[in-house]
Amino acid sequence: MTDGRQSAVSPQSGAMAPSGGRDSTNLGDILERVLDRGLVIVGDIRISLLDIELLTIKLRLLVASVDTARQLGIDWWEHDPWLTSAARTELPDSQRSGEIDQSAEENELEAGDEDETASEDDEADEEEEES
Amino acid sequence: MPGSGVWLYAVSSRLVSEAGLAGTTGVDAERLRTVERDGLVAVVGSVDLDEFGEAPLRRKLDHLETLEAIARAHHAVVDAAARLAPVVPIRLATVYRGDDGIADLLAQRHDELTTALERISGRFEWGVKAYAAPASPAEPDAEATSDAGPGTAYLLRRRTQLETLDRARQTAVDSAEHVHARLSEIAVASRRHAPQDAQLTGTPEWMVLNGAYLVDVTRADEFAHAVDSLKAAQPTVRLELTGPWPPYSFTAGEPAEADDAAQEAEART
Repeated sequence: MTDGRQSAVSPQSGAMAPSGGRDSTNLGDILERVLDRGLVIVGDIRISLLDIELLTIKLRLLVASVDTARQLGIDWWEHDPWLTSAARTELPDSQRSGEIDQSAEENELEAGDEDETASEDDEADEEEEES
Repeated sequence: MPGSGVWLYAVSSRLVSEAGLAGTTGVDAERLRTVERDGLVAVVGSVDLDEFGEAPLRRKLDHLETLEAIARAHHAVVDAAARLAPVVPIRLATVYRGDDGIADLLAQRHDELTTALERISGRFEWGVKAYAAPASPAEPDAEATSDAGPGTAYLLRRRTQLETLDRARQTAVDSAEHVHARLSEIAVASRRHAPQDAQLTGTPEWMVLNGAYLVDVTRADEFAHAVDSLKAAQPTVRLELTGPWPPYSFTAGEPAEADDAAQEAEART
């Protein structure tokens, strides 16, 4: 369902027609949606996606295996406020433009703030759940 | 023996049936079921808690291979349901101990879920990303630097490079604003997600737009054509269209654009 050129939607039912090729959909696009979007509901067995175990994935991919992740097209952690909020608040956009070559270092530094920022995110998540 | 739990994929209406989902299986390769209450239908599957209980699930999510399998399977179910009827996608890893908890959820949040379904009914999410080629650093101006010492020359070169990068980035950002504004006119709601960093996308291009657009079914072709027109009109950015997606980005309830704008304003302060 990555080819937007096809009219893959059936007007009658308001539902999507089969579009095929689903397995080839970019993994980063899928992870971004199922992990960061969609309605948050607290089930009986609560697996917070911001738990430390999951954060370690982000760290490991980010710091140690960026090349592997790139090959897989995985970049979803960049959408994560946990990793990006510090950079956004510290630097106005205009100052970030020339600093692409430094972003890996910045991310490592941000990764050091794991506990503090993670708990902030947990709070944000809970607010979302209540709304 | 831990027994089984109930994995929640999506909430929809009676248009979604177990028969309609027969060709799809869930995260545990399980047959999909529906749980109904007060006109709402939850798409669920029974999963083995030895595999999908809290501790084992955390371990699975911690490994890229199993995370990918679970994410793809979850998405496949949401996607299959979205082909049958409007659905509210549920975030990954929402697990109940039994169907009763699911039915209670449908009852307790009936109004909110119904409102969400009405909002996305007959509409789908489309993703549009815009990438900009990074400006190549300007060649040092020999005239300007010939009289200067090596240190000064370096600083001049560096300043020119930064200025060039700034201008190129501003041009791309302006293009992205234009693209987003145009597409938002066609969409009933839109969201700008944080762009992905060039360091991590593995391409030297800058992602200057990572937008999600909720578009009426009847305007889907118009939306695709608008993207095509923008590709031609905005040569400084490369546009990438994906979809239709189930409305993952439009289930939260609050006005989407206002919400993101508020977050950005907060981030700037």
